[in-house]
Amino acid sequence: MASPKELLEQRLNEKFSGENFIFNEHRNELTVSLDKKNIIAVCKYLKEEPELAFRLCEDITAVDWATRKNRFSVVYHIYSLKMNFRLALKASVDEKDCNIDSVSSVWNTANWHERETFDMYGIHFNNHPDLRRMYMPEEFEYHPLRKDFPLMGIPGSLSLPKNKN
Amino acid sequence: MGLEAKLNGNSFFTTTVDALTEWARKNSVWPMPMGISCCAIEMMASGDPKYDIARFGSEVMRFTPRQCDLMIVAGTVTYKMSHVVRKIYDQMPDPKWVIAMGACTSSGGMYRSYPVVQGIDQFLPVDIYLAGCPPRPDNLLNALIQIQEKIGRTKARDFQDKPLPRLTVVQPNGEFLQNN
Ligand code: SF4
Repeated sequence: MASPKELLEQRLNEKFSGENFIFNEHRNELTVSLDKKNIIAVCKYLKEEPELAFRLCEDITAVDWATRKNRFSVVYHIYSLKMNFRLALKASVDEKDCNIDSVSSVWNTANWHERETFDMYGIHFNNHPDLRRMYMPEEFEYHPLRKDFPLMGIPGSLSLPKNKN
Repeated sequence: MGLEAKLNGNSFFTTTVDALTEWARKNSVWPMPMGISCCAIEMMASGDPKYDIARFGSEVMRFTPRQCDLMIVAGTVTYKMSHVVRKIYDQMPDPKWVIAMGACTSSGGMYRSYPVVQGIDQFLPVDIYLAGCPPRPDNLLNALIQIQEKIGRTKARDFQDKPLPRLTVVQPNGEFLQNN
């Protein structure tokens, strides 16, 4: 029987022929890099194809590479109970065109994970049902996990209650 | 107290009103447990039979601020949470006291980063800062005793002169009545 890696490689290249996938295995963890325009189609396929069945979206987050050309990578950690196999998907997002399609139509869990990523990195998720901040107050203007955000924050950007006494 | 043995018939004591109110106030300090994170576990431990905060008259942790005298802020206060803490503090009736329990509440502690308020005295009047991460229950009891000593120095009239909050009462006939 083909290993999950071989199966994935074969299926993805067959289904999305002509698209560029980069497979990278490190310490038995497989990462697939893909173009951000394919993200919904690929996720849907991975979830709904009975043999692959990546039914569980464990986490969505991002990496800020600061000086790289495509500044952010959005990372999806998904899991197939059927194959007992964990997969990471990576899509690059540029700072100027800082958006990617939301996969919350594929996995409902993605809703809050994407809100968190939006809050922390300022990446906009297109067609997200409710893209509000997760942790920081609504009126906060910055995105704290970006590399250019100072550790101690920006003075005055978060309000304190007024001391009345 | 041993005194009652000396009393017989219609005996009486003489004392001052100050001494009486001070004695009553300091032995019935009802805490508002503002348990926000890990320090709250030690606050709970100080209520158990081993440490027994009931010995000092403070076993009634009230979960409504309207019945409390002492706010024990136990945990990491973020900027977002600070508004909640202040709102609860404002709902407590005067006179009231605050213990900043643990390194986080006193100074931000190990969370030296953007979301954590670096010391709750930026928005609350704090009476006692309690060292430790977390402070042991006996340390909290020590803070409580310090608060009691502080209360012991108050006078009966000390908290009488604050203006009443402005309240609007709707009368049965629909008219609004304001108290001041
Ligand atoms: S002082 Fe230590 S124990 Fe207390 S809330 Fe902070 S981290 Fe937790």
